[in-house]
Amino acid sequence: MTKIFETPLYPYRRSADQDMLRPVRHPVVVIGAGPVGLAAAIDLACRDVPVVVLDDNDKVSFGSRAICFSKRTLEILDRLGCGERAVDKGVTWNLGRVFFDEREVFSFNLLPEEGHKRPAFINLQQYYLEQYLVERAREVAAQGKPLDLRGRNRVEAVGDHGDHVRLEIETPEGPYNIEADWLIACDGATSPMRRMMGLDFVGRVFEDNFLIADVVMEAEFPTERWFWFDPPFNRGQSALLHKQPDNVWRIDLQLGWDIDKEREKRPENVIPRIKQMLGEDAKFELEWVSIYTFQCRRMENFRHGRVLFAGDAAHQVSPFGARGANSGIQDTDNLCWKLALVLDGKAPESLIDSYNWERVYGADENILNSTRSTEFITPKSETSRAFRDAVLDLAEENAFARPLVNSGRLSVPCTYDEGPLNGPDATGLPARTRPGSAAADAPIGDGWLLDRLGEGFTLMAIDADIPDGVEDGGIAATPLRLSATDNPELAARYLGDASGAVYLMRPDQHIAARWTGFDDTAVAAALRRAAGRQ
Amino acid sequence: MADLNTRPNISDADSFYAELMAVHDGLTKTQSDALNARLILLLANHVGDREVLSAALSAAARAAGVER
Repeated sequence: MTKIFETPLYPYRRSADQDMLRPVRHPVVVIGAGPVGLAAAIDLACRDVPVVVLDDNDKVSFGSRAICFSKRTLEILDRLGCGERAVDKGVTWNLGRVFFDEREVFSFNLLPEEGHKRPAFINLQQYYLEQYLVERAREVAAQGKPLDLRGRNRVEAVGDHGDHVRLEIETPEGPYNIEADWLIACDGATSPMRRMMGLDFVGRVFEDNFLIADVVMEAEFPTERWFWFDPPFNRGQSALLHKQPDNVWRIDLQLGWDIDKEREKRPENVIPRIKQMLGEDAKFELEWVSIYTFQCRRMENFRHGRVLFAGDAAHQVSPFGARGANSGIQDTDNLCWKLALVLDGKAPESLIDSYNWERVYGADENILNSTRSTEFITPKSETSRAFRDAVLDLAEENAFARPLVNSGRLSVPCTYDEGPLNGPDATGLPARTRPGSAAADAPIGDGWLLDRLGEGFTLMAIDADIPDGVEDGGIAATPLRLSATDNPELAARYLGDASGAVYLMRPDQHIAARWTGFDDTAVAAALRRAAGRQ
Repeated sequence: MADLNTRPNISDADSFYAELMAVHDGLTKTQSDALNARLILLLANHVGDREVLSAALSAAARAAGVER
């Protein structure tokens, strides 16, 4: 069976840069063609920022890896032009069930609210997402956007020259050098770039091992997330079952610390474990098996001069909560519009420091949440286990205990409260759309609010008057006029008790500032602040 | 904001204490620990007030001279 991860998707081709006497300077170079690097490249190219992507491989990532992509990620993919493909292929799910021992203790709905284009989550093998992103990158390049994806280009060394970096690159045809005004390192948890620059990566290692098995089977289980604490088939440990497309099921079994990894990975040991879980008669085929130990850590700074770190290269979390790939895509969403403004001379270089502030804030929130989940799932003392089991014992009969059950707090976008780019808030408007938050979707006519927001800043007026154009120092906010009459979702999410409101939305669909009416001076000041020019 | 009430507040204190002992009768140490954990969670939810709960946690940690 030919798997997508065995086919070179972006094979090595000689670049004109390799025949130049002097290194060619590029505005942005991205290292790593995983989901994060590809998202960054597409975002930048669509903003007409020339971008070169270097990857030491030429295929999508081996094995299925990340599988849960959140609503916010899908909204970002929509903006990048490949959300539809991901959702069409992906398995949509909203319901999670939690089991303790042999009983179901409760279930939860992740998106108990109507009126959003995208579901709470889809499950999709990472290799499909990478394939769609590579194909989208090709499509964007074919439309004349400046995107150059170079396979089997391995960065061997980096030199920091203050206002640019120089890269030494190894290829099948020998080495060459290029320069970059800005470098984005999306080269994963083991980031060679981080190592070459001698940078820190501190945090906590969790002493536990998990077996991940992706199995292909025809099964009647519903498309829900099933999580077990202390099940009969994996005593004293946890287990997870989750459906992916093509009848692939993700099975995640906690193994404990003191195990022989190589031994546990062998099919003759994996298959009996899975049979205990699925039943002796279950017919399945192993697609991918891996054993992992995880860490929760981040770099102290995501910006080092002209080098920016994003995704797993900058931060790592435990897998409970689907906060790895999702937060990496949000990093690029945050970064690319800022880089485009700086390269265009419309914003000062210091705007890039807000990337560090906002995404460090996001990483800390993700690390906090995933650390708490890990402590609940793998109690580290007799007392913590006694409390964990007490919560689970109470949850079935007592509603109060259910919110304490923590099998992973699933990824939601972080709100940059007190963020450096936030402008004024107005009292009386709903808390969920306060400055710093990601815009909440809502139905608008036959379509959706988020699809109506442009690539740049948007000035959204709901039952309020705004002029045709607002501009400050060459940065314009495009007007969007809406009415909440007969639109209860829009009213609930953006008006609350107010009769009208004006929202300034950033290019990454986060809310910069809001008012209950239009004021020219206030909007211009907020636009200035959101572009880091104040 | 409510303060943690550390003055006598349980009517018929002796019978409460006896009842607390009685639910543990015949239980192993592990079973008792589990019961205590469930009891703490039930009571904590009844109290609800986050600041009172923090005050109770630090009062309990301080009581036996355990410096945390």
